[in-house]
Amino acid sequence: MNPKDEGKKKRRSAFSRRGFLQGFGAGTGVLATGVLAPEQAEAAPATPVQGPGEVAITLTINGKPQNVKVEPRATLCDTLRTALDVTGAKRVCDRGTCGACTVIVDKKVVYGCTVLAIDAAGKRIETIEGLAVAPKLHPVSKAFWDNDAQQCGYCTPGFVMAAKGFLDRNPNPTLEQVKKGLGGNLCRCGTYVGIRKAVLQAAKEMQGGRNA
Amino acid sequence: MPNYSWPPMDKRRIMGQRISRLDGPVKASGRAKYNSDLNPQGLLHATLLTCPHAHAKIKSIDTKPAEQMKGVAAVRVISKEGTEIQWAGTEVVAIAAETEAIAIDAARAIKVEYEILPHLVHEHDLAAAGTRARASGETIEGDPDKAFADAEVTSEGEYGIPVITHCCLEPHGSIVQWSGDKVEAWPSTQNVSGFPGSLAQPLSIPATQIHVHMDYMGGGFGSKFTADRWDVEAAQLSKAAGGRPVKMFLDRATELTIAGVRPSAYAKIKTAAKKDGTFTGWQSQTWASGGFAGGGGLNATLFPYVYTKVPNKRINHTAVSINAGTQRAWRAPAHPQISFLCCSALEDLAAKLEMSSLDFFLKNADLTIRPDVYRAQLTKAAEMIEWQKNWHQRGDKTAGPIKRGLGIGVNTWGGLGHASACRTTINADGSVAVDLGTQDLGTATRTMVAMVAAETFGLGIGQIKIGLGDSRFPVSGASGGSTTIGGVTVSTRKAAVNALGKIFDLLAPIMNVPADQLEAVDGRIQQKGNPSKSMTWLQACAKLGTQTISETGENVPRDAPKEGLINQGASGVQMADVSVDIETGVVKINRIVAVQDCGLVVNPKTAESQVFGACIMSCCAALTEERVMDQTLGRVMNADMEFYKLAGIADIGEILVHMDITPEHDKKGIIGLGEPPAIGGVAAIANAVANAIGVRVPMVPLTPKRVLGALSNRRMA
Repeated sequence: MNPKDEGKKKRRSAFSRRGFLQGFGAGTGVLATGVLAPEQAEAAPATPVQGPGEVAITLTINGKPQNVKVEPRATLCDTLRTALDVTGAKRVCDRGTCGACTVIVDKKVVYGCTVLAIDAAGKRIETIEGLAVAPKLHPVSKAFWDNDAQQCGYCTPGFVMAAKGFLDRNPNPTLEQVKKGLGGNLCRCGTYVGIRKAVLQAAKEMQGGRNA
Repeated sequence: MPNYSWPPMDKRRIMGQRISRLDGPVKASGRAKYNSDLNPQGLLHATLLTCPHAHAKIKSIDTKPAEQMKGVAAVRVISKEGTEIQWAGTEVVAIAAETEAIAIDAARAIKVEYEILPHLVHEHDLAAAGTRARASGETIEGDPDKAFADAEVTSEGEYGIPVITHCCLEPHGSIVQWSGDKVEAWPSTQNVSGFPGSLAQPLSIPATQIHVHMDYMGGGFGSKFTADRWDVEAAQLSKAAGGRPVKMFLDRATELTIAGVRPSAYAKIKTAAKKDGTFTGWQSQTWASGGFAGGGGLNATLFPYVYTKVPNKRINHTAVSINAGTQRAWRAPAHPQISFLCCSALEDLAAKLEMSSLDFFLKNADLTIRPDVYRAQLTKAAEMIEWQKNWHQRGDKTAGPIKRGLGIGVNTWGGLGHASACRTTINADGSVAVDLGTQDLGTATRTMVAMVAAETFGLGIGQIKIGLGDSRFPVSGASGGSTTIGGVTVSTRKAAVNALGKIFDLLAPIMNVPADQLEAVDGRIQQKGNPSKSMTWLQACAKLGTQTISETGENVPRDAPKEGLINQGASGVQMADVSVDIETGVVKINRIVAVQDCGLVVNPKTAESQVFGACIMSCCAALTEERVMDQTLGRVMNADMEFYKLAGIADIGEILVHMDITPEHDKKGIIGLGEPPAIGGVAAIANAVANAIGVRVPMVPLTPKRVLGALSNRRMA
């Protein structure tokens, strides 16, 4: 990551929702996963102004650099979905609550609607499309299928990515840890019972794969 | 007349198995393309300018600043000057632009002047509703006055359940392309076959010129039955922009403000009983609002819920008109509210009798329409929640601030299959297609259709190509009211049996076996019970040569019950075990159990998911979910997902589901399942809280503030 990007990130984080949550002790379920890891609100060096018109950036999505022109106000979620036609991540609440747009940026699980696309330039963006090549399924996706952890399925890609990020950090979780770890995602159809089982199954299978 | 009846329960190979949903892999890998995901060539993005006032008249609209903006393709005034607007969020102008950001900028640039008029957005205080309240008449059965005069024990209470929204994760909306004399539409809808009809009239073009596509949809819950104003506007914007496709999906705030709500329900209830627990009298004065039209839909015939045969009752209802977004069907319309009001009042009566509510519900089971079913379900649910061990008289007397309690809620629903037509095609290469204009909302409709077809043809479900979500397929009803499973399974079964009959007719002379002596099992066509005289499915289909078999089947709801394939009348019981911290008012769900009957269960795995989901929705409505209106501003204060709160994965306790799968239930035929388990959970949780803390919290959701309020009233009393 170049120092410029680092500076931008820090400046933003001073006013981010995650900083707010952290300060007020809310959203403990999310924090416990490391999803919203502590970030320090340091004074940032001045960065050049971008926009207000479109700017050309390169986003590295699932290992592939992609050039795209975005307005600086465009979120990563919208940029993926509209400009790049990467539509696994869904836009639902559009303000960092429901997790339907969950993606992984530099190994950190984030809500795509709370990250600006220009801030994601130069970082490693992982989306659900990168988990496996069709028709193969990533063990997390397979576990969601096996345990019927989806109905309408609109929250599912976000949950799968949150679960993947959670398991990367907690390869052998307890049920209680799963409940806390996936507290940053919401489902309307009510698939949590299946999701709990799915994450535990995926943990087992992924460990099994590593040890085998 | 062919024999369409289901194979005997013990002979089914696929129906009744726990089969993972067919679209699971595409959904769990993010590969499923919902219509809100599509980015067709030349796409324009649309947005709505909505009215910020609850009641206002439009004095003037100036759209020029928007029209002059670079990137704006079309602007259409929806509510013209002079229009009187009756709720905040009403659509005023629609804008299509090259990007969504430009469309939003353009909406902001439009100047609208309003004459602001007085409004009412609250209905909980009936006295304050004045002329906005309309009584809808009184229903009397037996002699309620005498019943209350003679009663050995009476109970009175007030109860309330607020408006909630559907909060579909995929918002309402569509992509529409109107070029020339054709309209192609990609909506998020519960009614693929009916969508062209509802779009045709406002667009003034024949429904036959409208083609609807939808492979997946992200939740409807009763709010997505017809084309909406925004769908119509998307079409009009497309036409105005020279036929480019236009995408119009609501933003979250608009979704939660105008895309449908479940009506509230409030009640003052009096109940009467004998000392031995015999329930003798009911009196309820209810009021509700489903928005400006009043509504509420609290049908008197449903009172007192499930226990409708109580001999003496007086039932009144008043509908209140408020300046807020309009009601739409919400999973089991009116039932969750009525179940909550009634089961709460009955629990309070049982407490007054110093009787366990389980004993009260059991003792009076003959007052229900299906006494044997409810008796068995109450007994089963009690066993699952360890009622005998955990129940205590109202008010947990153990030391410390954490109080634990148990509660019951019951459900009933119809669930008869809707009208549905299906076409089955068998090709000479052995491939089989089943096409019907239904939709899979996440209820696994696609999987059920495949299971029925595979069962009938003796094939594996992977060998059947399912076509749905296209308005050019044979017409199937809207998915609402738990009517889909009955409709599509019958039409699929009949189409498949009819198609198979054609194959049998073709093979009879070749195999030298009468057609009615042939059967399809395990990928073969054989003489009944005689595998030695058989042909593989592929060999059999090859005999078609240049022919293709195409047969249809139909479910006609009027005839369905006597055919015996499907039925109506589902019953179920929910029980909840909760812990309440009386110092903080926080309610924690320990366990919810659900016992549910829906006749013949096609796929227990996905059926259980429906029940789990319904119980979780009940947790939301019982603990967190509520549309909050502000009387000063006249607006929804929580049109977002931070403060319109859904339960998370940690908030639901342990949920146990028992599906009634027995020969007795099975022989009823298939009954719809979506609605019934979504009904009783709120009552069960609210009753468990009353049992725990010793006092009724009159209003749900059971927020800490309301729990502490109820506790402090008791202390003051």
